Amino acid sequence: MTRKHLFNVGALLRGLSITFGYMFRRKPTIQYPSVKKQHAPRFHGLHELRRYGDGKERCIGCELCSSVCPANAITVIGAENAPTDRRSPGERYAARYEIDELRCIFCGMCEEACPTDAIVLTPRFEMADYRRGSFVYDKDRLLVPPAAGVGTPPDERPGGIPGDLGRVAEIKSTVDVAKGYSATWRGEVLKTQRKGLAIIKPPQEAS
Amino acid sequence: MPWWLEVLIKSAILLFVVVTSFAYAMLVERKVLGWMQLRPGPNRVGPWGLMQPAADAAKLMLKEDLTPKTADPLIYKLAPFISLLTAFSVYAVIPFGASSTGATWAIGNVNAGILLILAIASIGVYGISLGGWASGSKYPLLGSVRSTAQMISYELAMALSFVGVLILAGTTSLDGIVNAQLRWWFVVPQFFGFLIYVITAVAETNRAPFDLVEAETELVAGFHTEYSGLRFGLFFIAEYVNMLTVSCIAALLFFGGWNAPFGLTMVPGVVWFILKVCCFMFFYIWLRATLPRLRYDRLMAFGWKVLLPVAVLNLIVTAIVVAYHG
Repeated sequence: MTRKHLFNVGALLRGLSITFGYMFRRKPTIQYPSVKKQHAPRFHGLHELRRYGDGKERCIGCELCSSVCPANAITVIGAENAPTDRRSPGERYAARYEIDELRCIFCGMCEEACPTDAIVLTPRFEMADYRRGSFVYDKDRLLVPPAAGVGTPPDERPGGIPGDLGRVAEIKSTVDVAKGYSATWRGEVLKTQRKGLAIIKPPQEAS
Repeated sequence: MPWWLEVLIKSAILLFVVVTSFAYAMLVERKVLGWMQLRPGPNRVGPWGLMQPAADAAKLMLKEDLTPKTADPLIYKLAPFISLLTAFSVYAVIPFGASSTGATWAIGNVNAGILLILAIASIGVYGISLGGWASGSKYPLLGSVRSTAQMISYELAMALSFVGVLILAGTTSLDGIVNAQLRWWFVVPQFFGFLIYVITAVAETNRAPFDLVEAETELVAGFHTEYSGLRFGLFFIAEYVNMLTVSCIAALLFFGGWNAPFGLTMVPGVVWFILKVCCFMFFYIWLRATLPRLRYDRLMAFGWKVLLPVAVLNLIVTAIVVAYHG
């Protein structure tokens, strides 16, 4: 032990003054369960199945997502649309659509492979549950409500417009607070915003 | 009122006060450490986290009480009680206010109070070293060996730092020492003694930066690695009560106890005493947030080669000055 180490009282005092000053600094903590941070619109979180603006399902049951999935997390079983009750604009629709979120690696390949922008990853990330089985999301939980449809469906008559295919970026921003619907949180965005962070406060659950 | 009833009532009140202040000292420590590390600290249980101590206590009580197969069961189970008992029994002689006002503010007004405190405090090391030894596992043993060496070598310098104060006050009664500080607090004439006391007190209570006994980065949890549940809780209480004790002693010996500073006598002495103790408690937490742990050989070298000579020198100079001027 050298003399320098022993009697360096100045360094001790400086250290103490630094910790004392830090006591009064603003804490960067976000009080998580009561205040939530809004992730970027393109954050890779929980999936959702989209609809068109008129309420028809976008998925045409082509199974491209399931074949591109590196983790084999997606199961699609397609079926023919009944002429009287058309679920999707195409010939086929997904009769069953299941994603095992425990297998999913959230790479976003499904969303890139999808020809109709039906499957997208949302910024929603709170998926914790008590049973393994409940991580297999079926169509009931993946499909958005009909009112939340976006974009125009293709006009299927010969020479009709092809719809909004290939414009994922535009449609992807589902956090639309103005419309009152958000695929991520159904809550208000707090007015106080910190550097690059929108803080979202979820509404009180009615219990 | 018979004397035993008075003692009983005082003890009950004191026990309540000390245990409560332990609980909230722990909360304050977690809060202050959090603030210093840019965290908010515990704030989930109750408003501002004020129910956190109750939640912690409930958790500790519900935990399983494990005794390792290799442990010496009797000593293993006895050790936390030794720690706690010695930590609490010190309060029998610590006065919280002036006895001259009629009611005695201490359970026992012993005329050798400071010696009694030193004696009881040195028994406290048995709890730690026996607990670590009886666990029958290597990390606790290392922790207890360290504690024995550390506490013995720092106790020496600590006792010597008291002697300067005793010479100035001319008495070993805590009441008398506080009364001797009416003119000026002993922190002024005994500044080096005070510095030595503060450093050794941190080492005596095994707190950072001298927490080699627990040293979580090296020894898992040191002497209480094998302890769980309420037995661990007892060690925990003992550590904080000891912290409170050394703060009380610092306030009594060096900062005038319940004497009001700047002639502010309208505030009762007890309030001043508690305020001074709180300042010391904060200081120990502040130290923990700031300083890294010393290496073991440096700790011993510092104790024997620096603190002890300085303490002896301080004692000699004080004695000479008092002999010629006193």
